[in-house]
Amino acid sequence: MDVMPKWAEVILVPLISLLLAAVLSALVILAIGEDPIAAVNLMVKGALGSTYGWGYTLYYATNFIFTGLAVAVAFHARLFNIGGEGQAMLGGLGVALAALYIPWPHWTLALIGCGVMAGVLGAIWAAIPGWLQAKRGSHVVITTIMFNFIAAALLNYVLVNVMRPPGSMDPASARFPEAVHLPTLHELLAPLGIAFSKSAPANVSLLVAVGACVAIWMLIWRTRLGYEIRAYGHSQPAAKYAGISPVRITMITMIISGALAGLMAINNVMGESERLVLNATEGAGFIGIAVALMGRSHPVGVFFAALLFGFLYQGGAELALWTSIPRELIVVIQALVILFTGALDNMVRMPLERLFLMFRRPGPPKPGPRSAQSESPE
Amino acid sequence: MDYITLIQLLDSTVRLATPLLLACLAGLFSERAGVFDIGLEGKMLAAAFFSAALASLTGSVWLGLAAGIASSLALSAVHGLASITFRGNQLISGVAINFLAAGMTVLIAQDWFAQGGRTPSLFGGARFEPITLPFAEAMESVPVIGPLYEELISGHSILVYAAFLAVPLTWWILFRTRFGLRLRAVGENPAAVDTAGVSVVGLRYAAVAIAGLLCGVAGAYLSTALQAGFVKDMSAGRGFIALAALIFAKWRPWYALWATLLFGLFGALETRPDVIQSVIGIKVQGQLLGALPYLMTVVILAGFVGKAIPPRAGGEPYVKER
Repeated sequence: MDVMPKWAEVILVPLISLLLAAVLSALVILAIGEDPIAAVNLMVKGALGSTYGWGYTLYYATNFIFTGLAVAVAFHARLFNIGGEGQAMLGGLGVALAALYIPWPHWTLALIGCGVMAGVLGAIWAAIPGWLQAKRGSHVVITTIMFNFIAAALLNYVLVNVMRPPGSMDPASARFPEAVHLPTLHELLAPLGIAFSKSAPANVSLLVAVGACVAIWMLIWRTRLGYEIRAYGHSQPAAKYAGISPVRITMITMIISGALAGLMAINNVMGESERLVLNATEGAGFIGIAVALMGRSHPVGVFFAALLFGFLYQGGAELALWTSIPRELIVVIQALVILFTGALDNMVRMPLERLFLMFRRPGPPKPGPRSAQSESPE
Repeated sequence: MDYITLIQLLDSTVRLATPLLLACLAGLFSERAGVFDIGLEGKMLAAAFFSAALASLTGSVWLGLAAGIASSLALSAVHGLASITFRGNQLISGVAINFLAAGMTVLIAQDWFAQGGRTPSLFGGARFEPITLPFAEAMESVPVIGPLYEELISGHSILVYAAFLAVPLTWWILFRTRFGLRLRAVGENPAAVDTAGVSVVGLRYAAVAIAGLLCGVAGAYLSTALQAGFVKDMSAGRGFIALAALIFAKWRPWYALWATLLFGLFGALETRPDVIQSVIGIKVQGQLLGALPYLMTVVILAGFVGKAIPPRAGGEPYVKER
């Protein structure tokens, strides 16, 4: 039942949800005695006003593209992977192991090697809940939450007891060798004659993230496997009837999802900190949920939503620096975006659908009672 | 390990199990009515902040408790609106509530108290003080039973006793009243309840509200009884451990008590590594103990130790047929 044209579905609904979240956030800023317009100005200036700001915005966006894609892929099979945080932590462990214990001759090889390790460990961390869902019927949401906590405990143990260099008090691994240093945007753009801030952390992983967007688009809409994933997400009985194995699709989807979340580590661990620290993920796994919801699980949408959240993150850091607004404002905005684009989606959709129905059939018989009842969102 | 150490260990088990128990029962009501609630954590955190804030501002812990419950109920209303009225995804709504609470509590704490996201330390009437049960001091010298009564049973705040009383009460409401029967039915087969002329929406809202109330008490306990004041992210995953305990308990009140006591014991042992070492002879990593509730839940969920079957209509919004 297509009540709304496609553009309304893809652009109007998320835009209105975003607007609602923005209005509420502005009210929150007002309530704590600050000026929302000044705050937005400051955020824009801090996040987009210089190549330094852009460097941070793009760095955060890279993280969120990976975790957003991870959640989005799982959404296509109607699986809710909340475990991006834990999978990204394990990815960080993979990067650290590969970078520290293998002598890499050049950063390109190191990027591939560390990326594979990050993806594999992330995939394993998602595959266990996937297997439990597929074979034992335990809900993937609960198990991935549990795996986030187990990952945090595991990392804590590894960093404190195993990987910490002798004599160091800091729960962190040793610094990675110089050979695995990833070129930053400054180093990449300098030969082209473009001056980019030296101290900003955005690096070559951004290109990998964009590549991942393209790859996931190809996978979901241009391959047989992608078709099977979507079919399974739309109707499990129908997919089963068509000969699609639920176990296989659940496992493959979770593995792809976990690998994407794990890949985030090439940006934050390998590209930025160049050693594995405690809490390296900084909640990026959870922001992936907001990004995927806002981006309607489409790679293009995920890309732009990740940019928006990158902007919010960097802008929020600037706000915390110059005003009395704490960084937690971003967590509130994130919550409101998840709430309006995810959970309260029907609140926006139902009146809109009614509006479109009104315009579509001006005179003829009034739409039956069925029209008030919307299709449930994906 | 001597007797007094054991008593002390059990004493802190009870203290740590109380918020888990309250949150677990909250989840029990909600999920038995078919509404998944992974926002227990957020509701507890919000209640912890508002009860500490109000207690600190007014000096009355009871006003604090009321504020905590009110804030938790407000978040429950959001959850109800999203998952019952607008038939949204209950899990996503829960995630949003957790983040909303995590952000808002620090934001408001910074605005009100400007102490880096915490409330001032509470003292005197702004805290729930331990209650000494009658004859506790007189009994102290009696061997075996004396310390047991004086240390373990007596000397907790009133919320601890309330939490333990909530277990039989929950059992009675769910299994011995008409409301409870309908509440369980709405989680198993809402269409049947609807056919019988009982409001599915009303019952689910009632269940979500009870969950809010219990989470409110759990949060107030954290900041005004267990600790003296609110600090950022003080719920520290307890909402998720409660969720784990709920599955462990297979959605039953008495089992919930044992499950949360078990997880409370892990928490108590985490702070006493010397006790574990002396009992089993090897050093157990603190991180392992911290992760144990989650590991055990995964094992239970996998069905290796008995099967946990959730309410049948859990997580599905009810759409009336027309």
